[in-house]
Amino acid sequence: MTGVSGGIPVPDLICARCDKPLEMRKVEASYLGQTFPVELPCCPSCGFVYVSEDLAYGRMLKVEQALEDK
Amino acid sequence: MDGDQVKAWEALCIEEQPPACSAACPLHVDARAMAEKMAAGDFTGAIALYARVVPFPAIVAHICEHPCETVCRRAEAGGAVRIGALERALVEEAYPTVRRSAQRARKPKAVAVVGAGLAGLTAAFDLVMKGHAVTVFEADAQPLDRLHRDYRPAVLPPSAIEADVGALIKLGVDIRCRQRIGGDASLSLDALIADHDAVLMASGPGPASAFAATLRLNASGRIEVDRETRATSHPKVFASGLHDGSEEGWSAIGSAADGRRAAGSIDRFLQGASLTASRGGEAAGSCLYVEVGSHAAMPPVEAADPAAGYGHAEAIAEAARCFPCHCLECVKACPYLAHYKTYPKRAVREIYNNDSIIMGNRKSNRMIDSCALCGLCETLCPNDLAMGEVCLDARRSMVERGHMPASHHDFALRDMAFSRSDEVAFIRHQPGHDRSAVLFFPGCQLPASAPRQVEAVYRHLSERLPGGVGFMLDCCGAPAHWSGRLALHREVLDHLRTVWEEQGRPRVVTACSTCLKQIGEFLPDIPVASLWTELVAVGLPDVVAPRPVAGPLAIHDPCTGRHAHAVQAAVRSIAASLGAEVRELTGAEKTTCCGYGGLASFANPEVGNAFVDRRIEESDDDYLAYCAMCRDNFARRGKRALHLIDLVFPDADDPAARPDPGFSGRRDNRQRLRRRLLRDLWGESMSDPVPIPLVMTDAVRADIERKLLLIDDIAEVIAEAERTGRALKDRASGHLTASGRIGTVTTWVEYQPTDAGFVVHRAYGHRMQVEVKP
Repeated sequence: MTGVSGGIPVPDLICARCDKPLEMRKVEASYLGQTFPVELPCCPSCGFVYVSEDLAYGRMLKVEQALEDK
Repeated sequence: MDGDQVKAWEALCIEEQPPACSAACPLHVDARAMAEKMAAGDFTGAIALYARVVPFPAIVAHICEHPCETVCRRAEAGGAVRIGALERALVEEAYPTVRRSAQRARKPKAVAVVGAGLAGLTAAFDLVMKGHAVTVFEADAQPLDRLHRDYRPAVLPPSAIEADVGALIKLGVDIRCRQRIGGDASLSLDALIADHDAVLMASGPGPASAFAATLRLNASGRIEVDRETRATSHPKVFASGLHDGSEEGWSAIGSAADGRRAAGSIDRFLQGASLTASRGGEAAGSCLYVEVGSHAAMPPVEAADPAAGYGHAEAIAEAARCFPCHCLECVKACPYLAHYKTYPKRAVREIYNNDSIIMGNRKSNRMIDSCALCGLCETLCPNDLAMGEVCLDARRSMVERGHMPASHHDFALRDMAFSRSDEVAFIRHQPGHDRSAVLFFPGCQLPASAPRQVEAVYRHLSERLPGGVGFMLDCCGAPAHWSGRLALHREVLDHLRTVWEEQGRPRVVTACSTCLKQIGEFLPDIPVASLWTELVAVGLPDVVAPRPVAGPLAIHDPCTGRHAHAVQAAVRSIAASLGAEVRELTGAEKTTCCGYGGLASFANPEVGNAFVDRRIEESDDDYLAYCAMCRDNFARRGKRALHLIDLVFPDADDPAARPDPGFSGRRDNRQRLRRRLLRDLWGESMSDPVPIPLVMTDAVRADIERKLLLIDDIAEVIAEAERTGRALKDRASGHLTASGRIGTVTTWVEYQPTDAGFVVHRAYGHRMQVEVKP
């Protein structure tokens, strides 16, 4: 997917369980049966993916709505 | 959606009917659009519109009999718009800006026009614009000789005739004067026919014996002409309407229209097309509805110099007197249609197209789900067109085929499922009874907004009504109905019927106008009454404390009770008997939706808010509602509003200041009511759940409401994060961020554990799922 991007990762965020800073990783986003690769900050150890509020109500919402109206 | 039904709906909307002026004009000049442009000072744009239809603007502006003015609706409010004078002002100022160029025909045909009167020259103009080669033969010494003779120069300046004729010649029309056709003249009609592809006889009325050898004549010796097509007995020859002597009298604009009709037939003939197929009649009325009463009377502008006509500013002022004529009765009243800048005829087509699209984006999904289904448009429409019916039909069709985004109504349907779940729903006979003559069904929203008063109502009904009053906390299924989910709606209705039968088929008394309407419409064999008519019948409780009424109350009827006249009367009588001074807003019939109807505020919060905000502006008085959602929506948007139940069963000193409980608060209130009633009235053991202590500011709480997130879900995410340690930590602030998938939404919470509880800093959600690829 090209529409969603994690933007600049928040450097102060660490995974509370693994105590590791988040890194940009390729993850898979999916909605309504469509999947697409996207780079998002996530824990390199446990794979916890972080979605910021700006992303959730910004480009992610736009893509959700575009897929809904297909 | 059914195509025939869609056409029937479209036909009901008359907004696209021409205004009366345009319908009355033989050339159908769009005087409304012209006046709008003039009022805006755009004379160039106005004359472009005028000259697109009028072949000779300078001439016609001076001598048109303007039948438009006799039908102008402004006549009912100060005097008809002086369209003729506007046209003259337009020509005075902007005539030089008229630009015309003829089409280039691939195979130009040669057309002869006999007679250079207004009819003949209009036909010549129309045919040369189509790219044909036109030659006009005129017996007199100059074209439009009649106009020179019949009009004083002060009325029709010769310069106007010269300008228009000059423009016609410039377009390529060959006008040959002193060329008499027929009789002993040098040019015979037969020769014209031989040399041209078509001939138009436009030489005016009079005996036509000279043409008897070629054309069939009528009893009075004139050319026989078909009234509709202007065809004569010779296939290549057409004649303007004056020839058969049946015209009632000459008119300038009528002659131009006559020539245009003949030219239309000639062009069809030259293309080998039917002369009659899909051809409108000459006379056309209009059924455009115009609410003249809403316009203040205003007299016509008088020109400072009547001989010179309107000056620029005077013309603008007079043009601004045009309303302009539109129906738009529904659009004026409906924030939904206004938001989408549309009107029903266009909206119905858009909705149908959206429903029937095979490939590509469905751009109108949200528009279809944004209608409040409130019925106001139907009440206001001169033809009773109900947009709600159209939208509901589209919703059902699209939901059935899986084409409607579930996200629009997901939250509302989840709330409905919660109301129907064991956490809320229950039914019992009155304590000490094993049957119910009456079943009290308060609905979902009143128990969610005013649970203590619901309990008081139940106690009161139980005391006053004989035979046992059962209690049922459940949902009537309105959200399923509004969202177009037929199967889910049917499931709710079947459940209600089953339970009702198990209870011994009691009479149902409901506190909710939506439940009343839903049960009445979809479960017609269940006898149902409104709490308010019931209270009038059994009497109000005897309360010694003074009623909390201060100042007049503006009454707002719920849209679902628009036609419930008995309920409306009962509500007003109850309020009056409790000492309230009730003032009407629009009256019940024309009441508006609060945005909850049709689930509009879920699919489109902006439209939902526009509904309630517009209503709030109608009066500074505190509002009196008798639908809990209406009251809560007023409160949410900052309007002081109380519910009728606050008057009958007072629970607070200033009920109009009661805040909106919000979606989470409503869920909580329903759950608490169930536990309290079962424990206090039925003696059942109920344990109150231990809530996770959450701390949040009002701003955060309002933000969570706006995002349609639930406190319960936020608590669940925090509890899970605390249990598993699965969260992100901000090293600078120490805040934790956790997420959880609940239903179809991933909910994120940024929080901080403190001694007072978990402080929630923010929450948000999304539907898309993200995960690390395996």
